[in-house]
Amino acid sequence: MIGFWVLAIALIGTAVFTITARKPVYSVVGLLGNFVALAIMYLTLQAEFLAVIQIVVYSGAILILFVFVIALLSSGTKAFDVGPDRAPAVVVPAAILGLVALGTIVFTIVRSPLAMPAGPNANLGATGTANAFGSVNDFGVALFTKNLLPFEITALILMVAVIGVVLLAGDDTPPMHRKPKARESNAPREPIAR
Amino acid sequence: MNPNYLSVPIENYIGLSAVMFFLGVVGVIVRRNPLIMLMSIELMFNAANLALVTFAKAWANNVGHIFAFLVITVAAAEAAIGLAIVVIVFRKAKNVDVDEIATLHG
Repeated sequence: MIGFWVLAIALIGTAVFTITARKPVYSVVGLLGNFVALAIMYLTLQAEFLAVIQIVVYSGAILILFVFVIALLSSGTKAFDVGPDRAPAVVVPAAILGLVALGTIVFTIVRSPLAMPAGPNANLGATGTANAFGSVNDFGVALFTKNLLPFEITALILMVAVIGVVLLAGDDTPPMHRKPKARESNAPREPIAR
Repeated sequence: MNPNYLSVPIENYIGLSAVMFFLGVVGVIVRRNPLIMLMSIELMFNAANLALVTFAKAWANNVGHIFAFLVITVAAAEAAIGLAIVVIVFRKAKNVDVDEIATLHG
């Protein structure tokens, strides 16, 4: 109970820090705290594999990508910085949007209580128990038997993303049409005297 | 003790997920730095994942975990492509203020 509230305060605080930080690097630090707190919250919800994936993929891969891009964009003569935010101009629409969304959520929760009993065949155990609900074993069996198609779609999505990134950020001209640099000219070299 | 016992009502988790999601929405709407906008999108992905994992726990059904796994993959692909777009836009326009970039504006 106390753990939930500590984690909730950490999650909301780091999220607020992320969206209000002045520089993107500070936002990355806030987001890192958010991901770690969320991974701990996944552990309390018995999603062990997702907790590990949260740390490895999000904190280890995606945030490092953000840091690399920030470093790349900041490496010019001028520091990577943009002007003031749009805050004064968008307060009214944002407030309306937020209130409508909050009202919708509260209305839904009030109309249909969310508490549901566990299924009859649920194999539940404490976190860390093998073969219990949410263990890595359970997740792997479910991923590779019943849900093999989503797993294959995952592979396809990643491949499309890789090809897209290479096409977007790569050099436009294929290697054979690239202008030869001075050192790589096609003129035959002088044989090295022995 | 029932191992499925959730000491915190499920509404709290869903409310926390909603708050995180709308913090992400506010980040996308208010900030003009494309990197922070992308990070706000990551916040929204994480809020959705929290809701999925919570429902998986409440129903004791690990399909929610599978779907959260799929969401994490999509988030990774989205971050890679979004950051590549930011990099090429910065390379061409020397500018990362999203209000100034109107090349795709019809």
